[in-house]
Amino acid sequence: MIKSFRKNIKGIVIEGITLVSALLIIAIVIIMLTVIIIGGKDQLSWEFLTSFPTDGMTKGGIFPAIYGTALLVIIMSIAAVPFGTITAIYLTEYAKENSVIAKTIRFAVRTLAVIPSIIYGLFGLGFFIKFVGAHIDGAFFGGELKWGQPNLLWASLTMSLLTLPVVIVSVEEALKTVPQELRAASLALGATKWQTIRKVVIPGSISGIMTGTILAVSRGAGEVAPILFTGAAYYLATLPGLGDQFMVLGYHIYVLTTQSANVDQTLPIQFGTTCVLLLLTFILNMSAVILRYRIRKKKTN
Amino acid sequence: MTKEPSKAPTSGKLTAASSEPVRFDITRKKFRIADYVAEKIIKGVAFLSITIIVLIFFFVFREAFPIFSISKEIKKSTTENVVQDVQETYGEVTDQPAKEENQETYGAVTDSSQVQEQYGVQTNDTASIEDASDKAYTVSAGSGFDDNQSAIKTLLTKDWVPVSDKPRYGILALIVGTFKITLISLLFAAPIAILAALYTAVFANRKMKEIIKPTIELLAGFPSVVIGFFALMVMATFLQEIFHYETRLNSFVGGIAMGIAAIPIIFTITEDALTAVPKSFYEASLAIGASKWQTAFFVILPAATPGIFAAILLGIGRVFGETMIALMATGNAAQMDLNPFTSVRTLAATIGAEMAEVVFGDTHYNVLFLIGSLLFIFTFIINAIAEFYVKGKLMKRIQGK
Repeated sequence: MIKSFRKNIKGIVIEGITLVSALLIIAIVIIMLTVIIIGGKDQLSWEFLTSFPTDGMTKGGIFPAIYGTALLVIIMSIAAVPFGTITAIYLTEYAKENSVIAKTIRFAVRTLAVIPSIIYGLFGLGFFIKFVGAHIDGAFFGGELKWGQPNLLWASLTMSLLTLPVVIVSVEEALKTVPQELRAASLALGATKWQTIRKVVIPGSISGIMTGTILAVSRGAGEVAPILFTGAAYYLATLPGLGDQFMVLGYHIYVLTTQSANVDQTLPIQFGTTCVLLLLTFILNMSAVILRYRIRKKKTN
Repeated sequence: MTKEPSKAPTSGKLTAASSEPVRFDITRKKFRIADYVAEKIIKGVAFLSITIIVLIFFFVFREAFPIFSISKEIKKSTTENVVQDVQETYGEVTDQPAKEENQETYGAVTDSSQVQEQYGVQTNDTASIEDASDKAYTVSAGSGFDDNQSAIKTLLTKDWVPVSDKPRYGILALIVGTFKITLISLLFAAPIAILAALYTAVFANRKMKEIIKPTIELLAGFPSVVIGFFALMVMATFLQEIFHYETRLNSFVGGIAMGIAAIPIIFTITEDALTAVPKSFYEASLAIGASKWQTAFFVILPAATPGIFAAILLGIGRVFGETMIALMATGNAAQMDLNPFTSVRTLAATIGAEMAEVVFGDTHYNVLFLIGSLLFIFTFIINAIAEFYVKGKLMKRIQGK
């Protein structure tokens, strides 16, 4: 009796330790959220979101950073989502599960997902700027430096490589939830494979493509390392175009906290900017989680 | 004549199709141009991810390569390069020998004193350093100053002084710093993430699962710059008050912050591995009288070890390449020691901090790309191990072969 009781205690303690670990993670998330939101909520105003920085970045808003982030994310999605979706379609619809090609592509996608983001920055610099950009300059602008330097386009394309695996994985998951019966029915009615994919499979997995896009956008909005030297700028007085450097929320935080002369003076703006970035990614991720939850539910039903 | 052959097959096809309208041979396909083009395009695009990997390999290495190639060229023909080399150093030839000599003696002194402090194991190293600097000096005296030549010689020292009259690119301190911070963050993240995954996979009821999993997904979505900001502004002060160490930003703070970033990866993969253990293992264990926690720790956890190993590996990969947190919360001083409360500078942070200010094509630029190549190779190998070795083992164990 006593022995089993002891055993029971031991079991409760051990189970308790695992529970505490799980709760600790939840606590970390909640603490980070609350600290940053409380620190930044006084800053959040319409004016802060829509005005330019003033007085040497110590006052004013973060509008150019928001604008830059939005542009970056849009161009990135335009590049990453179609390619990611098509790769996912190939993997689920065309490739045989255990063929060498499919395995290699899957391995490549997972490798892309674990390559450090700073390497993408180096690649963006070495490939897009120093190779593609420099050759465009040489061919069309007579060697004049125009595209062979950091700008919004190269930064967005670099970011799209980083977010490609995110899109591929979510779309693939969604494509797998489209029942085989639907495909078979479509083929049985005389539709070709491509027609089936276009009219049956893709519409059935549109929410998955949405999830992938949202996750990619959230990732792209938050990453800073790939754009450190492919286009992000400290301060710009004008809004950027495709060939200009640009301001981004994440880089703005990094610069304000580590590079500026008076860190204490800009503390409210730092908290405000971090709060905006965190809320942005948080809302995006939350909607992705909900969407994905609904997809999984559909799958089990 | 030219039109005839092209017409004939199509008409033949048409008649064949119309004469047999109902046919259940699925394997027989009719050629359609739209389908053909779509398939080819899709296939082509799918190869993009492989192409990107190859391109990354190529272009990151390409920018790192000049360090090695130029030093070889110089060995072959030292005399030819005299004029060019002088031009490369922006023509301040008159000042240089004097400056270099000063720098040299200074460098040698600090090296030997540091070695004396460090248990005298590295006596060979000093010899090689002096040897290297001697050689570098003779080269610079003989054929003008050669940056790349001396750079490759200083690569395996521990002085990271890229911006000076006599730049030294010793990456040992950076490597040690990176490993130190990786160890700290793993010691923090791995137990928490694995235990939490065990709880979620074995003990938790449905409702708890529905809280924990989305929370982890949200944590995975936290931008690293936000975690870095939190570590820099809040955690650093808080931890300093508890542990009373001297430098506010150090590898301990950075390690914990990176651990927070690594938790979602370790958790997710561990949880996948744990839930992949067949239900029959669990039921069999309970049936022979084991309690729930015994089953969890002695049956399910061991069965999933390869998966957990993979999780830890990918966690290492994440921390190893983490840039923003390292830039913001580790203090960024290239010191080489094993004290967790001193500042460190990691490989990734070095690239992030210095690449923006470097002259394109400079030795410093090449060395930064070399560091990038190291990071890339390291994460690539880690991923390959996690992918092939671990997965094979896991499948074998679970299928009981």
